[in-house]
Amino acid sequence: MSEEKKVLLRCEHLVKEFPVDRKRSVHAVSDIDLEIYEGECLALVGESGCGKSTLGRTLIQLHKPTSGDVWFKDAKISGMKASEFAPYRRQMQMIFQDPYASLDPRMNVHDIIAEPLVTYKVCANKEELTKKVLELMDAVGVPRDFLYRYPHQFSGGQRQRIGIARAIALRPSLVICDEPVSALDVSVQSQVLNLLKDIQAQYGLTYLFISHDLSVVRFISNRVCVMFLGRVCEIGDSALIYEKPLHPYTKFLMNAIPIADPHLRGEEKTLLEGELPSPINPPKGCRFHTRCPYATEKCRTEEPALREVDGRKVACHMA
Amino acid sequence: MDEMLLEIKHLKSYFYTRKGVAPAVDDVSLQVPKGKIVGIVGESGCGKSMTAKSVMDLLKYPGRVADGEILLEGRDLTKLSAKEKRKVRGEDISMIFQEPMTSLNPVIKVGKQVREAILIHQKMDKAEAKKRVIEVFRQVGISEPEKRYECYPHELSGGLRQRVMIAMAMVCRPKLMIADEPTTALDVTIEAQILKLMKNLCDTTGMSCLLISHNLGVIAQMCDYVYVMYAGKIVEQGDVFTLFDHPQHPYTKGLLASIIHLDELPDRLSTIPGVVPNLMHLPEGCAFCGRCSEAMECCKTKKPELHDLGDGHAIRCFLPAEREAAHE
Repeated sequence: MSEEKKVLLRCEHLVKEFPVDRKRSVHAVSDIDLEIYEGECLALVGESGCGKSTLGRTLIQLHKPTSGDVWFKDAKISGMKASEFAPYRRQMQMIFQDPYASLDPRMNVHDIIAEPLVTYKVCANKEELTKKVLELMDAVGVPRDFLYRYPHQFSGGQRQRIGIARAIALRPSLVICDEPVSALDVSVQSQVLNLLKDIQAQYGLTYLFISHDLSVVRFISNRVCVMFLGRVCEIGDSALIYEKPLHPYTKFLMNAIPIADPHLRGEEKTLLEGELPSPINPPKGCRFHTRCPYATEKCRTEEPALREVDGRKVACHMA
Repeated sequence: MDEMLLEIKHLKSYFYTRKGVAPAVDDVSLQVPKGKIVGIVGESGCGKSMTAKSVMDLLKYPGRVADGEILLEGRDLTKLSAKEKRKVRGEDISMIFQEPMTSLNPVIKVGKQVREAILIHQKMDKAEAKKRVIEVFRQVGISEPEKRYECYPHELSGGLRQRVMIAMAMVCRPKLMIADEPTTALDVTIEAQILKLMKNLCDTTGMSCLLISHNLGVIAQMCDYVYVMYAGKIVEQGDVFTLFDHPQHPYTKGLLASIIHLDELPDRLSTIPGVVPNLMHLPEGCAFCGRCSEAMECCKTKKPELHDLGDGHAIRCFLPAEREAAHE
């Protein structure tokens, strides 16, 4: 990917806070700058509560940012009125984690996949609509006979396929995949991952792939962005970061993956101590310093900025 | 030969529903040696949790143990009275569940909940029991145990709650701990901490563990012996090294092939086609037949038996017999 990369979505100083009471708020996303390039798959990884889902949703304006701006191509979409935003909305779609909760149990497959097409009045008549729905079902591998079935008649993997068909119905340019395979079994998970990869190539999609599963991310992403407590720790090419993580948090994450090889056990792995600090009252200085074994006085007082090291960006004083 | 702590023989747990009988656990035999960690792995609905619940007699209506023996040190648990079972549960065998939030009572302090286990099973006064709880809290790595004793479940993080659950399971020094997906709801960094803790506890106390997981990584890191389940039956069993190095059943091979390895990255992932069959409408022959890449004619009509491959390794498949026949 050395050719000139076009930025599809960009955010600057993006902040999202959720008020808890009159004085305090949860700092879910704190001052994040991010660029998503056309045609890539950028993965957001981190533990639960690190703000990765909130960031994804704030980027496509499902949450209103507390401050900061988001650009889609050349348009500033943050702060737009709903009517202005509508033409951009259809270019950004979402695939959700729970295939059981994200499909309306009272709608059949046809209606679920057709809903975005109807909303944006894409098809002139009903025949065209049904034809389009059937094409989408073919694309995601749901048999045509199931057109009038209801979600409860499907397995988790098939439901996720229907969710994918709905997301690509409007030919969006950006799809946010929020933990799309974590609710699925291992064997089904790989089917859906293959499908996501095929669909990306076929429709020329850009993915923002949110996941806590580092092996899944390794397979699907070109670039990876590691988050900790609302901040970016490390961002860069997946191959580079998996090969040689520089931020201590990234190293700990990689180390913690249980490897499916019994010969590799018994090795004393360095594990991360402690738990995630509270996002209501994040630690001063580097947010990771309370769990970091290498923390110095500087880390406790001064927040590290993202800077270029070895071909990727890292937010650590020591890197 | 290891001394066996738990022996399950031909266990059948069925669900008698209005629509028919679902064989959630169908003729399962497994053994847990003393001081070892034994794993059951499989996809959702394969019967791994139901096997564990049968041992604890926690099956919910309309499910019940239809047949088979569950021997704990030679004593058949299925034949015990309700009162005797209550004594076994918590004292000899204890269980950890997947979701630490829903397994704890939200309106009782966690210390008191753990203490209850002691007061029920042992003759100990409350002050002494509290001391024991704090000791166990320390053992499972809960920092400031005196302070945590007075906490309610919602005040603790997921990792701490799971440690409390482990403390509750450990407090009566059981012989066997059954862990049903103990780390599935936790983050990787916390998962690694909990797994390390469980392994240490087994090593130091000599307790056995029956670990149920869908995660092959967890199984590979933890277990000595592994049973692979599919549609209510054990399809492959063996020690962990044999199973991961030389899997023989097509299902086990498929599962292992679909794991993503961080060092070698394929363009496409290998998959097992199709979906898990409905237990109510199992195929006539081998339950895996429809998804199997090596299915033969006989697989469609006959149910395969466990085929012994030596050294405790066995698979439920016609392939080895077929190969032998072709060889002769």
